[in-house]
Amino acid sequence: MSLQEDIRSFIIENFLFGDAGGLNNDSSFIKEGIVDSTGILQLVAFIQEQYLVGVADEELIPENLDSVSKVAAFVEGKKRLALEGGAATGEAT
Amino acid sequence: MKKKKEFGKEVLLLDPEKEAGRICARIREIMLTRVKRHGVVVGLSGGIDSSVTAALAARALGRERVVGLEMPERHSAQETLTLSGMVAASLGIETVVAEISGMLEAVGCYGKYDEAVRTVVPGYGEGWKSKIVISNNMEHPGFTLFHLVAQDAGGATSTVRLPFKPYMEIVAATNFKQRIRKMLEYYHADRLNFAVAGTPNRLEYDQGFFVKLGDGAADIKPIAHLYKSQVYQLAEYLGIPEEIRKRRPTTDTYSLSQGQDEFYFSLPYEQMDLCLFAKNNNVPAQSVAAAVGLEPEQVRMVFRDIEVKRSSTRYLHLPPLLVEDIAWE
Repeated sequence: MSLQEDIRSFIIENFLFGDAGGLNNDSSFIKEGIVDSTGILQLVAFIQEQYLVGVADEELIPENLDSVSKVAAFVEGKKRLALEGGAATGEAT
Repeated sequence: MKKKKEFGKEVLLLDPEKEAGRICARIREIMLTRVKRHGVVVGLSGGIDSSVTAALAARALGRERVVGLEMPERHSAQETLTLSGMVAASLGIETVVAEISGMLEAVGCYGKYDEAVRTVVPGYGEGWKSKIVISNNMEHPGFTLFHLVAQDAGGATSTVRLPFKPYMEIVAATNFKQRIRKMLEYYHADRLNFAVAGTPNRLEYDQGFFVKLGDGAADIKPIAHLYKSQVYQLAEYLGIPEEIRKRRPTTDTYSLSQGQDEFYFSLPYEQMDLCLFAKNNNVPAQSVAAAVGLEPEQVRMVFRDIEVKRSSTRYLHLPPLLVEDIAWE
């Protein structure tokens, strides 16, 4: 399963009762009412545990986390940084 | 040509005598025609909202028809009981004091709280204090972040961002406090054939700053339409003791002292009131900025935060939802 599919599947299972409905990979979680601020915490916990990447306070912004595509790109970027030898920013809580 | 009046705190000025009269008339009408109970129980926190609610109820129904409940627990501020006692004495209403730490201990409130905190602050224990603070959305324009501030027995503090699980557990455990209090309010209401008066002001009611079936539960909420600044105006008119009127709003919920603007609202109430009023009355951010000492873009951020909070707490206001409507009234 690709990273994007993995994240999409997490969103569908945890926030949509398994029904993808009209979820587009570019749908805004907040605007569509799919994920609220508590849901974002849950999503962050998922990506930290699943992909072992840290997420710093300043990275908790819609540009990184407000759609399946954005989350996938964000995680991809963090993993790439880690592979390239740069430490992932933020504490992995 | 007449110059257009600038937006400012004057928009929240009310005629306290007229407003108190209007609220009292409505309390009587609601109690007589809808609630049909013979008095009200009010949980007194020593804060401005519960003091004004009790004062209005006493004025509307007679002081013998209002019972004030004082329900401190081990994390309540020292002055809580003194202040709630002071307002009850000034109103001449009967009070019941119930220390609820034992009940909270029995349901596991403190144990569950400490256990959750230890997952992020392993040394947390005897002699430590803590509170939750939210990120300031002026400084951090992204999603709301929740941090735990912990203070060790020596007074040294540390701050750590709360991950999902401990955050949820801490909030859930803390909510026992509001729910135990409400349970006791309804116990006394039932034995007296009284109703329960809730004490939210407009900021709290609109923004969902309450615990469902905790402080959010009530039969009547007499000041839910009033902005916090207006509650203070009524407090002065109603003769609420100055010590209560001077106190900054506090949640009085966590062991470390916590302002309401640290935990929930993005700004102190004076500015929040004006921003909420402006949003409700379509006043442009540009006109609000000078009055609240912010940049227009910051006011727009507060407007967005108001919308986000409304949306995320919408369910707190909902009654239990049925699969199909049942006609009963």
